[in-house]
Amino acid sequence: MDGHVNIDRDDKVVAAAVVEERVNNKGVKKRRKGTPQQQEEEEEGGGAMPPTPSQEHDGERGQESETPYPSNHPREGSEAGLVKRLPRGAEGSGDGGGGGGGGGGAPSDSHPPATTLVPAARSNAQDPRRSQQQGEWVEGEGGDEDEEEEELKYGAQHVIKLFIPVSLCMLVVVATVSSVTFYTEKGTYLLYTPFHEQSNAFGDKLYDAVRNSLILLGVVIVLTIVLIILYKKRCYKIIHGWLLMSSLLLLFIFTILYMMELLRGYNIGMDWITIGIVVWNFGVVGMVSIHWQGPLRLQQAYLIFIASLMSLMFIKYLPEYTLWMVLGVISIWDLVAVLCPKGPLRILVETAQERNEPIFPALIYSSNIMYSTLGAADSEETTTTSNNSNSGQDGARGDDRAGAGQEWSQENGFVADGEAGFTQEWAQQADQRAVRRRDQVGNHARQQPTNTEPSRPQPHPRDLTAQEEEEERGVKLGLGDFIFYSVLVGKVSAYGNWNTTLACFIAILIGLCLTLIMLAIFKKALPALPISITFGLIFYFSTSQLVAPFTEKLASEQVYI
Amino acid sequence: MTVAQFFGCGLLAFGPPVAMFAITIATDPIRTIMLVASAFFWLLALLFSSILYCAVVQLQDTIVFGLVFSVLFQELFRFLWFLLIQKAEGGLKKVSDGNVQIVENKHILAYVSGLGFGIISGAFSLVNVLADMTGPGTVGLKGDPANFFVASAVTSLAFTLLHIFWGVLFFNALHRRAYLQLAYVILCHLLASGITLMNPMYGLTIPTVWVLTVLSGGLALVVAGGSHSTLAAACRPRHPPILRVPTPQLTSQDTAL
Repeated sequence: MDGHVNIDRDDKVVAAAVVEERVNNKGVKKRRKGTPQQQEEEEEGGGAMPPTPSQEHDGERGQESETPYPSNHPREGSEAGLVKRLPRGAEGSGDGGGGGGGGGGAPSDSHPPATTLVPAARSNAQDPRRSQQQGEWVEGEGGDEDEEEEELKYGAQHVIKLFIPVSLCMLVVVATVSSVTFYTEKGTYLLYTPFHEQSNAFGDKLYDAVRNSLILLGVVIVLTIVLIILYKKRCYKIIHGWLLMSSLLLLFIFTILYMMELLRGYNIGMDWITIGIVVWNFGVVGMVSIHWQGPLRLQQAYLIFIASLMSLMFIKYLPEYTLWMVLGVISIWDLVAVLCPKGPLRILVETAQERNEPIFPALIYSSNIMYSTLGAADSEETTTTSNNSNSGQDGARGDDRAGAGQEWSQENGFVADGEAGFTQEWAQQADQRAVRRRDQVGNHARQQPTNTEPSRPQPHPRDLTAQEEEEERGVKLGLGDFIFYSVLVGKVSAYGNWNTTLACFIAILIGLCLTLIMLAIFKKALPALPISITFGLIFYFSTSQLVAPFTEKLASEQVYI
Repeated sequence: MTVAQFFGCGLLAFGPPVAMFAITIATDPIRTIMLVASAFFWLLALLFSSILYCAVVQLQDTIVFGLVFSVLFQELFRFLWFLLIQKAEGGLKKVSDGNVQIVENKHILAYVSGLGFGIISGAFSLVNVLADMTGPGTVGLKGDPANFFVASAVTSLAFTLLHIFWGVLFFNALHRRAYLQLAYVILCHLLASGITLMNPMYGLTIPTVWVLTVLSGGLALVVAGGSHSTLAAACRPRHPPILRVPTPQLTSQDTAL
């Protein structure tokens, strides 16, 4: 793979090559240490072996062909990031490392269990490459420092790439909550929260909240297990359908509800025909861009919007104490599910890695590219990406090197052939993409079966994934993290004290930052909720109880500190 | 009037800091992270001073007590933040990704963390007032000062700027072991906060606070190596380098074709 990567670099600053390198970031780092010679060797080896495995993989996986998807994503993401990363790679010779990464991938395959776990947590789609990377890490001892440095470098930018969407999501929620009273009115609650905290006693409310949140947690756990079972049994169509239904509901019904409340809040009149046309167009474009392809920005915007809608639903339909309790319980569940050896999310990720399958696109936010979507704009790039993704999948399967080699070779061929090669491959890739998408959808569904449902807590696994891939694909963050971050900030803003809202916002960002730092240190998938939500809760309660009296006194007397 | 006042005061207080953020901070991921982190440290300082304020129930009516300890806590956390940055310098070098500027020029980090302190403190002192500004209703009808909002905005802008200057002075003092500057920062902070105790005598407090702001700004400029010539150079319009297309090649190709 290294060779391929390098070649790609040499040939062009092809996005695909970059992607691969990124994917193999760790490998890349090693490569740096390893020096060009090693890279070349790796490349050669990869090139020779790869073709068959990758092909085999493709043939085997009708659905699994999707697996390439993940690889595509990283590649695409890397492509997107190429401009930025390339310079870095040049600086650190990280690009060269990409080849090493490929080599590492092969070893990783040999050590599937240990390496796999970590990658799995990160993201299914990336798993193959991740496993490779991990393997590389293990193998390339000397390169550790370099690798770390690279990770840190990528880290700073990726942190910002997560800060922006998280902030946007919170902004939408906070703006809606503070301008439309509908979302702060009480009365209707979710089916899962039968205890409505109607007593005035604090103890009773707390008791209700505990019972509600345990019920909700139970629903989440059951759905997660159902998802895992479905996934294990390879019921991809069910998962895919589940995911599609969820996004369909969110994009149409919830959007209509949201629009109506927005119009009502601002007292604007609008006829049903207009609303119908607007919602239809909005929803269809959303479905296409999330599940099929579309501009990256559009896809990200839709994901952020979906997350905001979900968190608004939580804010509206969860009783007050229950909401706080749910935030805490979900964070703990996230921690357990991701880090426990037998944690459901971990099992999910491991399974996905074993199958070399991608992550569900609809449920994860990627700072770079979710799937091969980018290809739409640049057909050539897409093809290369798809190839890369395929190779990535293959490599993950255990024939990482060989698969990678094949893929790479394909990519190279693309480059050389130009348009003609592109079309054929492109067509093939298109099929693969579809499969991948399905797989991804299925994966997403598995991870977060309850997407549409209020009990989305499952997304946590995604959280893990999001961080791992920083280098490779860019950062990924589960939509569930977006949702619960926004729920916290939105709920706080509903109380009307902007100081607490600000404090929670900063606390969550810092928590996210710390999580990413830990990601760089531990190099394995981590839950994104616990630190941020803990910080957020601490700062909410302390600010509202301790700081608010002080700052109000200061503000009213116009005393500045 | 209420909405107009909201935008007026909001832009007055947050316009300059936001412009600074957009121009000098937002373009660099590391600076952005440092900004958020320093804001977090300010929050911690506020949290601790609030805990102290709430714990000492007897003194809750005398705001002076809370003020003094809050200022001391802020400077303490500024110091802790400085220590943290010092410890993380090695990591910063790696993260800076070839952009050695942020590590080599200590004033950049000082400025960034000062801005972080300033923005969050300005926001904390003004956001709730701003939220009230949009109405319904306004202040000043029952003999209260009618220019409460404007005065708040102007003073909080002064404090935002002061925090930036203090950040630069404070970090510089620690780097060069110039403890006089350190004392100046702490005393100036105490003084500026103390002056606002005299509100609502705006005629006295606002000019004094702004004099301190200008003074601190001048000191920070000198400390950071600024002078008349550098100021003049900064004010002079800079002409961006003009990119020239290698026309000769094009023409040759054209002719060849």
